[in-house]
Amino acid sequence: MTIASVTQLVCFIALSLTLVLGSLGVVLLPNIVYSAFLLAGVFLSVAGLYLLLNASFVAAAQVLVYVGAVNVLILFAIMLVNKKEAMAEIPGLLLRRVLSGAVCLGLFLLILRVDLTTPWAVPGPIPLGDDSTVLIGIHLFSDYLLPFELASVLLLMAMIGAIVLARRDVFSSDVITGEAADQGLIEKERTPLLLESTAGETNLLEKV
Amino acid sequence: MITSWPDLAVVGPGIDLQSSFTSTLEGFGLSQGTAYLLWLPLPMLLVLVAAVIGVLVNVWLERKISAAVQQRIGPEYAGALGVLQPMADGLKLLFKEDVIPNRADGLLFTLGPVLVLVPVILSWLVVPFGQNLLISDVGIGVFLWIALSSIQPIGLLMSGYASNNKYSLLGGLRAAAQSISYEIPLALAVLAVVMMSNSLSTVDIVNQQSGAGILSWNIWRQPVGFLIFWICALAECERLPFDLPEAEEELVAGYQTEYAGMKFALFYLGSYINLVLSALLVAVLYLGGWGFPFPVEWLAAALGQSVDAPLVQVITGSLGIVMTVLKAYLLVFIAILLRWTLPRVRIDQLLDLGWKFLLPIALVNLLVTAALKLAFPAFFGG
Repeated sequence: MTIASVTQLVCFIALSLTLVLGSLGVVLLPNIVYSAFLLAGVFLSVAGLYLLLNASFVAAAQVLVYVGAVNVLILFAIMLVNKKEAMAEIPGLLLRRVLSGAVCLGLFLLILRVDLTTPWAVPGPIPLGDDSTVLIGIHLFSDYLLPFELASVLLLMAMIGAIVLARRDVFSSDVITGEAADQGLIEKERTPLLLESTAGETNLLEKV
Repeated sequence: MITSWPDLAVVGPGIDLQSSFTSTLEGFGLSQGTAYLLWLPLPMLLVLVAAVIGVLVNVWLERKISAAVQQRIGPEYAGALGVLQPMADGLKLLFKEDVIPNRADGLLFTLGPVLVLVPVILSWLVVPFGQNLLISDVGIGVFLWIALSSIQPIGLLMSGYASNNKYSLLGGLRAAAQSISYEIPLALAVLAVVMMSNSLSTVDIVNQQSGAGILSWNIWRQPVGFLIFWICALAECERLPFDLPEAEEELVAGYQTEYAGMKFALFYLGSYINLVLSALLVAVLYLGGWGFPFPVEWLAAALGQSVDAPLVQVITGSLGIVMTVLKAYLLVFIAILLRWTLPRVRIDQLLDLGWKFLLPIALVNLLVTAALKLAFPAFFGG
């Protein structure tokens, strides 16, 4: 046993323990804020496992995207709307919990079976180390170009949707059908959000 | 994975502090593994000490420069010119009572400042002071710093939430919003530099700027990127004019409101280490890192010395450290001067600046850099 392999083993055990206990905490804890913070810990330990597998770029991307963006946005949403109110009593809570627990256990057994029956190639391919970043880039722009472009179009659609939702001026009638817009969708009633539909209707797409 | 720890303090290929240290210990009859284990913590400890000393210098500079700006004298009696004042500040914070508010969430309240400080210190991993003078020349270099700095807002949100105080919560939310908004133009500015040097590694980025001394520094090829990076770095460090998360007129002290003693000191330390780190990275990315304004190779050749001679290597290595620190502290000086000169922006102005101005400009900068790289590969990295 060299120092490197011992360090690797200790790191693997610690990361796996954090991962398993953290994910259990995310699901089981009653306090949603704790769950969200634990989710950050889970993402971080997954990044650590990537690091152990010599995938440093993937690990850094995992931290940047999942911890830095996704988790922060989840926390943001929770903290902006977190009202401490007693939840209404749900009928048959125990039965629901037992049932969902049974479903999860079944899925877990299925994955365990797949894990045990698959002939894994041990040891795996030789790690590329720092060259992997270059190789990921080459693959993304050659044989994986279509999924890459599709993902970017999807993100563009989400972005345009967010901009449309965030815009404050709403037309009082539907642009396409000409029917009156649903007033219930507009948050503030007192502020004059509705624009009278004049020549502005045709400009909607340009505005967006 | 951890097969070999890249060496700190190796001046050029000639002098290898790690191997000489381990071979000395092996000479005392220790095994190779033990000697290696004894070597491992030394570079990390050295960088930690350097970071803390950097903060002490920073606090002293802040006090002295703010005093000069306001035509006061500043700290005077604690040591010569008040150099011991930051030590007194630190000791005071160390001995203060560690208060956890009654209705606060004790666990998250304690964990918050730690989560703010640890990523900042970890980022020092990739800061080079010379060709081999860094803890680890990881391949993903600056990307590691960008990824690590995105963990910080979680700590801020955590402490804001756990304080059970509306000012703290608002401060934490503001800090997270600000950090997310300015991370994107920051990453795009870094991407333009990375594109020119074909590598994420900080050492490669500096080497790419070392051809013709001051003329080959990235600031001439990336003037817009430099400004974007500097503005975003100030916003990420929550320095004035972007210190909205702790705007005292509006939010008392933001997420720090309920903190006292050592936990407050962790925030304080974190923000100053982050400032020094940002200044160091600006120096690395745009000001030629450890490079001297004219190449030391020319000087050595003019004096008839070989660059590989041990003495010359020690001198160039020390010169590299001095140049890096000098450039970084010049930028810290500008940041302090900005703090005591400019008024604070409003939160809507801050977000407008980030999303509607810096983000499009950073995208255009990236596009122009790519076009110039294709058109003039000799000047913009082939």
